[in-house]
Amino acid sequence: MQRKTFLKTLSAAALAACATGALAQTLEVPFYYPVAVGGPITKVIDGYAEAFNKAHPGVKVTPIYAGTYQETIVKALTAHKSGKPPATSVLLSTDMFTLIDEDAIAPIDDFVKTDADKAWLKGFYPAFMANSQTGGKTWGIPFQRSTVVMYYNKEAFKEAGLDPNKAPANWKELKEAARKLTKKDASGNVTQYGIQIPSTGFAYWMLQTLTTPNDVLLANEAGTKVTFDNPKVIEALDFWVNLAKDGVHPKGVVEWGTTPKDFFEKKAAIIITTTGNLTNVKANAKFDFGVAQIAGNVRKGGSPTGGGNFYIFKKAPKEQQQAAFEFAKWITQPGNAAQWSMDSGYVAVSPAAYDTPALKKYGQEFPPALVARDQLPVSVAEFSTHENQRVTKVLNDAIQAALNGTKTSAQALKDAQREADRILRSYK
Amino acid sequence: MNASPNAGASQRAVHAWLLLLPALALLVAFTHWPAVATLIDSFFSTPRGARPAEWVGLENYAVMVDDPVFWQAVRNNLWFAGATIPLSIGLALLMALWVNERMAGRTLVRMAYFTPTVLPMIAVANIWLFFYTPQYGLLEQFTGALGMPSRNWLGDPSTALACVTVVAVWKEAGFFMIFYLAALQTLNPSLKEAAAIEGASRWYFFRRVQWPLLMPTTLFVLINAVINAFRLVDHIFILTRGGPDNATTLLLYHLYEVGFKFWDTGYAAAITVVLVVVLASVALIQFFVLDKRVHYK
Amino acid sequence: MKAPTNTIYGATWLDTLAAWVLAVLWILPLAYAVWTAFHPAEYATRFDLAAPWTLDNFRHAWEAAPFARYFLNTVLLVAIILAAQLVLSTLAAYAFARYEFRGKNVAFALVLVQLMIMPDILLVENYKTMGRLGLVDTLTAIGLPYFASAFAIFLLRQTFMGIPKELDEAARVEGASALQVLWRVYVPLARPVYTAFALVSVSFHWNNFLWPLIITNSVESRPLTVGLQVFSSVEQGVEWSIITAATLMSTAPLLIGFILFQRQFVQSFMRAGIK
Repeated sequence: MQRKTFLKTLSAAALAACATGALAQTLEVPFYYPVAVGGPITKVIDGYAEAFNKAHPGVKVTPIYAGTYQETIVKALTAHKSGKPPATSVLLSTDMFTLIDEDAIAPIDDFVKTDADKAWLKGFYPAFMANSQTGGKTWGIPFQRSTVVMYYNKEAFKEAGLDPNKAPANWKELKEAARKLTKKDASGNVTQYGIQIPSTGFAYWMLQTLTTPNDVLLANEAGTKVTFDNPKVIEALDFWVNLAKDGVHPKGVVEWGTTPKDFFEKKAAIIITTTGNLTNVKANAKFDFGVAQIAGNVRKGGSPTGGGNFYIFKKAPKEQQQAAFEFAKWITQPGNAAQWSMDSGYVAVSPAAYDTPALKKYGQEFPPALVARDQLPVSVAEFSTHENQRVTKVLNDAIQAALNGTKTSAQALKDAQREADRILRSYK
Repeated sequence: MNASPNAGASQRAVHAWLLLLPALALLVAFTHWPAVATLIDSFFSTPRGARPAEWVGLENYAVMVDDPVFWQAVRNNLWFAGATIPLSIGLALLMALWVNERMAGRTLVRMAYFTPTVLPMIAVANIWLFFYTPQYGLLEQFTGALGMPSRNWLGDPSTALACVTVVAVWKEAGFFMIFYLAALQTLNPSLKEAAAIEGASRWYFFRRVQWPLLMPTTLFVLINAVINAFRLVDHIFILTRGGPDNATTLLLYHLYEVGFKFWDTGYAAAITVVLVVVLASVALIQFFVLDKRVHYK
Repeated sequence: MKAPTNTIYGATWLDTLAAWVLAVLWILPLAYAVWTAFHPAEYATRFDLAAPWTLDNFRHAWEAAPFARYFLNTVLLVAIILAAQLVLSTLAAYAFARYEFRGKNVAFALVLVQLMIMPDILLVENYKTMGRLGLVDTLTAIGLPYFASAFAIFLLRQTFMGIPKELDEAARVEGASALQVLWRVYVPLARPVYTAFALVSVSFHWNNFLWPLIITNSVESRPLTVGLQVFSSVEQGVEWSIITAATLMSTAPLLIGFILFQRQFVQSFMRAGIK
């Protein structure tokens, strides 16, 4: 009798094992992501994937750290070109046209079927969708997005006789503040610049913080035309160049990577850089600092958005694509989006996320975290066109030439316009 | 030993090819074949998504000739090579001569010269970024103490390339030093004594005895230095990203931008071909011509 | 024999001073790395001797990526590559040095070509090949393109050519086959060259970055350099304290190895007769 029971249990167990074995054929969903901000981001992302996988048995999202944004797209496109792309990857929102041209991504609309899905897709901040949609279709899902903000040293403001709670709101105030904030030592060398706008790496993005308040866009929505030589753009670049000529801004090309450090070292009283630096500034600035929206001019305020979206790769197996869509949907639900914003310092991607209790509380305790969000209604798309990297480089080179004095703003931008037109001619 | 000499010769040939086979097979698979594929790609347009590549003959090369950034990269690379090759070899030789002598702290000095080789460029470049940072960077602290005005070393087109060159020389010299050191230590010490007895000056001893005997090493190091002058671009990714305004764009960096940032694979293939041809000719000339002049045992 | 070479051609005090100055300049980046890694972030640009020491940077660095696994991978990778390189290049160098056959010069030129072509350029093609071989995301895939080393073949050929033929013939007379001669005569005499090359190879592959990044996906196959890249935070700017801590952690084995064994390395180079 005992032996029979034993054998019965054994075979039952064996059957169960086979059954779970069959179930254990999980769908692996490779997911490439870059790390662009400090902090234990890889651990955070792994945590999200684990939580998703637990809630969705049979699916295994596998996060694969892929370097910087630039390295991630190299990795993703290399994989795509050899026929085995990941199911999904977080890539720059500005990479959209490149990915479409390489026929690498599938429109998100293909996956949006139910009403709930449609409501979810409509729930993102419109400013973030600007870089995610073209030709009537949605190609990317906002995930780690940012805007540019102005960090200012409140103590320096007090010393200069400025109101530390009132950041300059327009160009006139900005210039005046910068003049008052610039400090020189006995021999006439500048020890603290009033304002610093970096010009390596993302010079075009910084230029947009000047052209947007000047009420001009640099590219059209289809990404086929640019307007570098518009007089308003030239005016904006001249404003930047003249800041350096006035002596309130460092001369020449300013390094992006060391700008936050320059701020901590009190070498610059105001810096213009991404909100992604907020956690860094909070941790390292040994003085009272403020965060403000970008100063306006003709138009009130105006920052471009930035950061990365989820893209779904066309050549991945259909089940993987579907699962990737589910993952992107899950991770951008208000609760998760709020958590990600707090973990990483990025802007939460939907208004609903800011309504969650956790993020509300966080915003109350640390108001600077809300500045980037408050800027969204007046924010515009980040500069992006077909042959994006090439055209962006042309613009970056022009900005650097103007800041170095090798060309006038007008000449630099006109040359850039000509070059960009040549590059884009087959896309009209 | 057996049969006719012809059979022996062809048997030996077979042996030789068998010995070569594994290495050659891998080389062909991962170097030559992809290189040939790249050469072929250079005659086609860049495929974009649904649009396949079409034969365009020499169009990519024409684009290259018309590209001002390409020529800037060529100029920059020539300057870069012109500076790094003699400087790194010269410094390496100097270091080796010093370390070869019995001086105080020789081991430490030798170690100091060699450490750049073992440090990964990623981290090292970031450290140099600090050195060059305006106002509070290490170099600035030093020049500031001397009363010199602040300069934006990496952001100024007139100094950026020089700064990048310094980093490259720093990284290479210690590596070449080891080769020279070894060669110096194998030189017959009696040569030195003979020269000393003859009353020759140090400079004479160096020029007439050491330098010629070091020729094989110099040839060897020279090949490496030339290759590295075109290969060392890792630090540019971090220090200047080719800027300001292409002042530090080197050929391989430009190639990387065109191929992996712009994904213009046709044009990138053309640049690759040019780069390889130039390097291959230099190396082959060096090897086959100068090899004859160098004496072996 | 008893000529006081030190005082005639030896190092003068000027030499010593100059050598020391250069050495200090040369070690500056490493010294800076040590300073910054052990002090809090605000002292990264300030050289206040009273600054507190801290291990926090190392803790952050260690937590940001699974360094233990990356270490293991890197050691394995470097060892596999070195082993393969030694074997393959020995065989090939022997063929070039001691055999005459048609097409020898062409074959050698083909080998030399590899010295010129940076593997980075051939990324896309090689990735495709690895895909076809089913090797993507393995240590083997990282190493395979490097197993045949033109540099090693070049070095060893030179060395083998310099070994007196009499030794070869002596061994043959004793009835050794070609491979036995290789193993008993050539390899031992070339040992210093092997050590020298090993140093070069280990350094290079320990620090190689781009190809491993592209070809590996999982923690199980990634080397250290890929792990280090996590600290190149694009948006946030450079955090020198953490990146130097991470650097020290990843180069410590190499550095310590060199410090302990530098005499042996130099001696082996010496006996390598890379003349």
